[in-house]
Amino acid sequence: MLPGVYTTRLGPGRGLFLSSDWECVVELTGADIIVRCLQDEGIKYIFGYPGGAALHIYDALYKQDKVKHILVRHEQGAAHAADGYARATGKPGVVLVTSGPGITNAVTGIATAYMDSIPMVVLSAQVPTHLIGDDAFQEVDAVGITRPCVKHNFLVKDVTDLAMTLKKAFYIAASGRPGPVLIDIPKDVTANKTEYLYPKSLTMRSYAPVNKGHPKQIKRAVDLILGAKRPIIYTGGGIVLSESADVLVELVQTLGYPCTNTLMGLGSYPADDPLFLGMLGMHGTYEANMAMHDCDMMLAIGARFDDRITGELAKFAPHARIIHVDIDPSSIGKNVQVEIPIVGDAKSVMKDLLKEISKRDKKPDAEALKRWWTQIDKWRSVDCLSYDKNSGLIKPQYVIEKLFEITKGEALVTSDVGQHQMWAAQFYGFNKTRRWINSGGLGTMGFGLPAAMGVQLAYPEETVICVTGEASVIMCIQELSTCKQYDLPIKMVNLNNRYMGMVRQWQEFFYDRRYSHSYMDALPDFVALAESFGHVGIRIEKPGDVEGALQEGLKLKDRLVFMDFITDQTENVYPMIAAGKGHNEMHLKPSNGEAPPERELA
Amino acid sequence: MRHIISILLENEAGALSRVAGLFSARGYNIESLTVAPTDDPTLSRMTVVTFGSEEIIEQIVKQLNKLVDVVKLQDLTEGAHIERELMLVKVKALDNAREEVKRLVDIFRGRIIDVTDSTYTLELTGTVEKLDAFVKALDVTEIIEVARSGVTGIARGDRALKV
Repeated sequence: MLPGVYTTRLGPGRGLFLSSDWECVVELTGADIIVRCLQDEGIKYIFGYPGGAALHIYDALYKQDKVKHILVRHEQGAAHAADGYARATGKPGVVLVTSGPGITNAVTGIATAYMDSIPMVVLSAQVPTHLIGDDAFQEVDAVGITRPCVKHNFLVKDVTDLAMTLKKAFYIAASGRPGPVLIDIPKDVTANKTEYLYPKSLTMRSYAPVNKGHPKQIKRAVDLILGAKRPIIYTGGGIVLSESADVLVELVQTLGYPCTNTLMGLGSYPADDPLFLGMLGMHGTYEANMAMHDCDMMLAIGARFDDRITGELAKFAPHARIIHVDIDPSSIGKNVQVEIPIVGDAKSVMKDLLKEISKRDKKPDAEALKRWWTQIDKWRSVDCLSYDKNSGLIKPQYVIEKLFEITKGEALVTSDVGQHQMWAAQFYGFNKTRRWINSGGLGTMGFGLPAAMGVQLAYPEETVICVTGEASVIMCIQELSTCKQYDLPIKMVNLNNRYMGMVRQWQEFFYDRRYSHSYMDALPDFVALAESFGHVGIRIEKPGDVEGALQEGLKLKDRLVFMDFITDQTENVYPMIAAGKGHNEMHLKPSNGEAPPERELA
Repeated sequence: MRHIISILLENEAGALSRVAGLFSARGYNIESLTVAPTDDPTLSRMTVVTFGSEEIIEQIVKQLNKLVDVVKLQDLTEGAHIERELMLVKVKALDNAREEVKRLVDIFRGRIIDVTDSTYTLELTGTVEKLDAFVKALDVTEIIEVARSGVTGIARGDRALKV
């Protein structure tokens, strides 16, 4: 019973309670309470897989149709699908798994969401409370195993705590810097009964995220911003999470400063705008990385100075005075010391910055800015993303370029991890947020297909494309079966180079071309594989067939189409910042520098 | 630099392991860690002694604050403070050592809390340095066992860690 709510029992065994304001309070089992909480939270889909300890919950799901359960083929797929749903919609994704192997299988997906700050609530069933600690069948310490990769987790030992715990979980998952929250629920707790009341609001003394930036810091930041001669605005996933792309555009255009996005932030600033320098970091553009290196003022918003962004820290932005805006204080000063830290929500802080800028008489230094743009245009003229368009083999970049053209940049694109992910990031010009869905922080191969399921469910009418590679897609290939069950017309674009391409690339550069275990001797016939799951498969082997195949595949609106592009095995992702190097020490593609070395493979 | 961080955290199952797990996962040093309930039964107070550069300590404080179970914390070493550790020591007490150990205990303002024909059990509170000095001075006899509580502390004056 919640404090402050007075109830009268109508009679023993009636299971009906009345509160003081005559609101009907029904006594429910823990399992029913979980489902009611999900309904009251407005959850449309949960992704899961049943098992012994979860059976009461599955029984409760069976009795209703408000919350739709999507049955995956492996719990990792459930977590990635919920994650994809969350990334596409901004609403928390919900996962339901059983105890033991159910939850351990989901851990990779939870860690993926954690690294990218994705709101997610994971319900894991647990063995009954009296068996906890006995090494019971399918028992695992779910709270212990997930602790390092969740924002918070709970073990509910009493059914009377269940509704409040769910409320807390959704609140914690979606507020502040979002992240996954796990609730471990023993089987007996799902059978026990108590009256159900879903709390309407919640305050926690130990958890109160700061949204508004400190006014004094805002003023100091604007002094620095307006005094810059070689400025850059570097933004990340925080812009997506705070739904503030429009405010970022206003800020960048008010100042006329160059803007670059991290892998997680793509779409925050329109890729086709001249003030955009492209993605930065290990495989970022020449102009973005050189501007980061040479800038004298860096405004970082909702980004965390990850090692794939900074390169060698000792060589990072040597002349920059840095302002760092982040909702998570621990992201600030973690890798790079900054001059002006601002803790707050990206949207709120950017609005305050704009307000403060509009109050000032001082304007950005037009003279200096002109010189800076002249320099940036020189870097741009290197044309760092160009590739051989006369090759007789399919160039992976060409596939993505054509995909972008044909879909007019309007598709929702998920990806797996590796070379194809970088090419998708470089060549699909994202103009809006929540259209680029990939595992940035954890780099989880196998993410793309299940994530696309979540995205397609969220937006059944949209074109959802999974750009993948033959090594990644195999890792969660079982989800093709889920796609059939729910008729999810995802378009798979498989850039098939018969290698773990990124591993091979590193071995070529840094291991003297010793291609240790990066080649797969036996691969399935993907066309036959797709067909065996009831989908459409197309194999494309010639550059001339790429466009037609994409047109044809995308036309099949109600079918999953697996397009298997047999690409040039030798292609590498350029530019590249190698380990230990600075932003100004990029590998450019061979034709920009020395002649290409002999590149015999395998 | 050595820092003493006092933490008020929700008295919930697993709260301790969140803090301990944070230190091991992020590679921070722990010299000692103590925890016990407070006058408010919903809160535990934990004292962590750690060391590292100013940047590391700043990260430790931020990461601790980020834990959902942490209600409030204070770096005691930022101001005047009192720190204490309790030590129980069992030593051989035979022949001359029986008198010698007794005198040492008096000098360090400790107490003998248990006696047998051949042993003393001693109790001493103080700073880490004082306890270390006492252990060193005990070389007049054989130490059988040492049990130390780890450091706890409180700020001097009006400064307080309170919800």
